[in-house]
Amino acid sequence: MNSFTLTQATAADEAVRDLTSHDGAAYLGGGTNLVDLMKYNLERPTHLTSLGLLPLTDITSLPDGGLRLGALATNADTAWHPEVEKRYPLLSQTILAGATPQLRNVATNGGNLNQRTRCYYFYDLATPCNKREPGTGCSALTGPNRVCGVLGTSESCIATQPSDMCVALAALEAVVRVQGPDGERTIQFDDYHRLPGDHPEKDNTLKPGELVVSIDLPEEGYADHFTYLKLRDRSSYAFALVSVAVGLKMSGNTIEKARFALGGVAHKPWRDQEAEKMLEGQTASPDLFRQVAAKVFAEAKGYGEGSLHNSFKIELGKRAIVRALKQATEMSQVVNPNVFLNSNP
Amino acid sequence: MSQTIATPPTVRLDSDVIGKPINRTDGPAKVSGAAKYAAEFGVTGPLWYGYIVSSPVAKGKITKIHADEVLAIPGVQQVFSHENVPSFAWFDRAYKDDVAPGGSPFRPLHEPEIMFNQQPVALVVAETFELARYAASVLRIEYDVEKHNTDLDSVIGEAFDAPKGKTGFVPPPKPKGDMNKAFAEAPHKVAGEYIHRAQHHNPMEMFATTVDWLGDGKKMKIYDKTQGAPNVQQYIAKIFGLSTNEARVISKFTGGGFGSGLRPQYQVFLAVMAALELEHSVRVVMTRTQMFSFGHRPHTLQKLRIASDDQGHIQALEHKALAETSQFENATETVVNWTGILYNSPNTNFDYQLSKIDVYTPLDMRAPGAATGNFASESAIDEMSYKAGKDPLDFRLLNYTYSDPTENKPFTSKRLDDCYHEGAARFGWDQRNPEPRSMRDEKGMLVGWGVAAGCWDASMQKAAAKAVLSADGHLTVNSATNDQGAGTYVIMTQMAAQTLGLPMKQVTFNLGDTNMPAAPVQGGSWTANSVGAAVKDACQEVGKKLLKLAQKMDDSPLAGADFEDVQFVDGHIRANEDITRSVAIEDILAASGEEKIEADGKAGPNPINQLKYSMHSHNAVFVEVKVDEDLGTIHVTRVVNAVAAGRIMNPKTARSQVLGGTVWGLSMAMMEETYLNNELGRYMNHNYAEYHIPVNADIHKIDVIFVEEEDDIASPIGVKGVGEIGMLGVAAAIANAVYHATGKRVRELPLTSDKLL
Ligand SMILES: Cc1cc2nc3c(=O)[nH]c(=O)nc-3n(C[C@H](O)[C@H](O)[C@H](O)COP(=O)(O)OP(=O)(O)OC[C@H]3O[C@@H](n4cnc5c(N)ncnc54)[C@H](O)[C@@H]3O)c2cc1C
Ligand code: SF4
Repeated sequence: MNSFTLTQATAADEAVRDLTSHDGAAYLGGGTNLVDLMKYNLERPTHLTSLGLLPLTDITSLPDGGLRLGALATNADTAWHPEVEKRYPLLSQTILAGATPQLRNVATNGGNLNQRTRCYYFYDLATPCNKREPGTGCSALTGPNRVCGVLGTSESCIATQPSDMCVALAALEAVVRVQGPDGERTIQFDDYHRLPGDHPEKDNTLKPGELVVSIDLPEEGYADHFTYLKLRDRSSYAFALVSVAVGLKMSGNTIEKARFALGGVAHKPWRDQEAEKMLEGQTASPDLFRQVAAKVFAEAKGYGEGSLHNSFKIELGKRAIVRALKQATEMSQVVNPNVFLNSNP
Repeated sequence: MSQTIATPPTVRLDSDVIGKPINRTDGPAKVSGAAKYAAEFGVTGPLWYGYIVSSPVAKGKITKIHADEVLAIPGVQQVFSHENVPSFAWFDRAYKDDVAPGGSPFRPLHEPEIMFNQQPVALVVAETFELARYAASVLRIEYDVEKHNTDLDSVIGEAFDAPKGKTGFVPPPKPKGDMNKAFAEAPHKVAGEYIHRAQHHNPMEMFATTVDWLGDGKKMKIYDKTQGAPNVQQYIAKIFGLSTNEARVISKFTGGGFGSGLRPQYQVFLAVMAALELEHSVRVVMTRTQMFSFGHRPHTLQKLRIASDDQGHIQALEHKALAETSQFENATETVVNWTGILYNSPNTNFDYQLSKIDVYTPLDMRAPGAATGNFASESAIDEMSYKAGKDPLDFRLLNYTYSDPTENKPFTSKRLDDCYHEGAARFGWDQRNPEPRSMRDEKGMLVGWGVAAGCWDASMQKAAAKAVLSADGHLTVNSATNDQGAGTYVIMTQMAAQTLGLPMKQVTFNLGDTNMPAAPVQGGSWTANSVGAAVKDACQEVGKKLLKLAQKMDDSPLAGADFEDVQFVDGHIRANEDITRSVAIEDILAASGEEKIEADGKAGPNPINQLKYSMHSHNAVFVEVKVDEDLGTIHVTRVVNAVAAGRIMNPKTARSQVLGGTVWGLSMAMMEETYLNNELGRYMNHNYAEYHIPVNADIHKIDVIFVEEEDDIASPIGVKGVGEIGMLGVAAAIANAVYHATGKRVRELPLTSDKLL
């Protein structure tokens, strides 16, 4: 870790000014990802603009019926907020399926959106990685890549965006409000993260100096039919191999509106709007779900066989979609499907 | 007809402590943070920090180290590398520690050659940890990279028979009968190949050394993370030509070892070297990533063939293993022998080979060898039972051994049969539907029940202890053994208290200091047995002196009594024949006018018994799994682990050992695997986020049963040790339960969901 200076900003515009007036500066949210990356010597900011004192910790109702999540609200405060629990239980569950209580207590919503991939090679300076050092190559293409993606990958990078929360935000069609040197703008959640293409070093579409100030949720929260299915290598404190966030509006057994997104499979939370349309107006059935799952993974590409390589995610992903849709239609999910609830503890 | 016998009123004796579930004496220090670990000790003067620089390549040669650039940073004291490290001892034997395998041990910073990835190539010493870490991050090192090979599969053809050279390694048993013929002719048979890749110990505490430079000649106090301070001291003294007085090694608490601390790790070499060269106190702590830079449970490929007759008697039994080792040492484990100890067969064949790849030498990891072999053989035995049409438990009982077939010796004791019966009863095995895929729970999940047995050595090593009874009646016993969390502190206190009839609070047991009488590294489940016997011996010697002093007292009620004629109970020595003839120990001390009474004790293996008998602990493990077949998820919902390991000194700490062992077995079965990238020759999931071990939510009901054995031959104190045995059987029982649930036999660990899709 190198030496750095630090400013504690107290307002969003001040933070933006502070960051843009320093070369090699970075925003510091809860620090649970950035500080790790600095200790690993992967990120070497010479200046940190700390966001801890920004008045962006509130969660407030919006006039259009939606809900505004402050960028500096912690993941824990967001997940346990009564409005979120009541109206957006899908979001609450995805947050609680991630990391650990200790991490969620300090991790911020803005930081969660901008956390970097967990690809092994990205984390290890001794290995080639295009995302870390463009042009060096991608070690994951042929090496162990169990954490990597199978959808929307490129020959430059097959990394995944590791957040759970973002999978729900994609399904909920959230809007990200950002403030930059040129003022405020909003970004549709689908457009926030990007695919690796030839520039895997860029995770998202933020412009230099832009600060996330809030995440706005539309009115519809799918509180009656939702599920978050997270499949992983142990019951907690592990990133998703494959996860599925589903929000449905149902009338009887007919699906009126369907939104779903996948985690653990792509460089961004993966949405397939055509697949969503296949569900709408249809009667819920295993056959339909299987067709939808097949459509989502029709163009998937696995990178090697065996448990160290990720081709298995294609089959696992399809099954996860079928199960998640079933759970959401029947509302039969448990809070954390990976955790087996012992009947006689 | 029943008869009422008047039971004598039970008197609670404060000194009757062996076999009681007594809390750890070191518990309060641990939970309050008062317990100090190697990187936490303060030093007399200022402290400098060494940060290790690791090689990014697996093979090659360092051509240039730009140390000058780093030395120019204010506060950086020195950059050590092969370019400036003075030459120390010349011969390999100086670098061989007590448990080193055969071959030529790695010498840190001696040569420019790189032999394994993450090899330490430099130590940057600076005035603060942060500065050392930063300076290490900008140190430029140039390499001539050579082609490495870390792929075990590619060197199967170069396998060679595992050579002797490591203490404790038992070569495979000799073949019996005609394996091939018996296998060919038998009506029922199975053959399978089993795989697990490298696993790393991952103790919570990082390897660390704090050298306190005492400024008096070359005198140092070396606080080290290890499972054996004396082993580290020997290693350091030999390499640096120091006297034991100059290099005192202290290790009061060890934050988990599991075998990783059996051999001195390179940070202790680096810290001591830097302290000697700079004549200054130095601390060196590994990073979590560097915890994947040394020993590990070796990637092992196994093949089993078993055949039985129509009644289910095993007729042919073959177990072969091939494990990785480094280019410079031959790490050996006892892998296949256990199969021959557990099951009788007239025709057998055993084989154990090694192949070399460009990695660091593998290192004993909890139940080394046995955990590896046991998973394969107990899976194969299970498969065989189905082929022979027998219940898996009945099949094991049918082929039960009453003496050790590999050495043709009787067991000193073996109550594995009772483990089977008691375990099965507790588990409810008789409710099992033998048909695979036949059981489901109320939610429709597939349910599977599996069983497996385990076997481990009851081994005894040389150990020593010293007991000092002071005039105030307090007993202090010291031995340079280790407590990596096993409960050594409390059980040795119990042993001393019981032997001299003193209450626990009047006894202190100290360990982990080379100024104390020598003890072996803590491993192999031999500490309770070996050190326990030495502690008992030392205390008995004090007892004999006390008896003599008691007999010198006026009108001594113990006059003329031999040591065998008296007992030490509740602070008194009293005659066995008539317990009213008794003298209080405090009165003896007062009358004697002695400031203290002290004695040395020792213990060691009995060579005659070792020739005559086979000494082992055993267990039987019953497991229930629930499988979500669509998603491949497996939940281990119930485990019963029945253990026969001689006398249990403390059921509480022993249970904890078996619980921990069970979790280890589950971890091996379900999660653990270090991902080796063969192109880079590097382990990649080198952190707690990606090297998975269970979290609380993965662990459900675990029931531990102790089937006690009376066995004074395996050990003078009747103890066999429980450190490893609890882990055995678990991985196989899980795999067997998964088969019962799903009809799928998975022969490759870990049982990640993708293997069931
Ligand atoms: C061991 C471990 C396990 C984890 N497991 C999971 C898991 O299972 N699921 C999961 O979803 N997550 C997991 N996480 C990740 C965790 O959710 C993130 O670390 C956390 O959300 C990041 O938030 P932060 O506020 O600490 O971000 P920081 O570390 O402060 O910042 C992260 C990045 O975001 C930038 N940033 C921060 N705030 C803003 C802002 N307002 N505007 C613009 N840029 C900003 C920073 O510059 C930095 O680049 C895990 C983390 C750890 C350490
Ligand atoms: S997948 Fe992306 S992050 Fe991983 S090694 Fe390749 S380029 Fe780097």
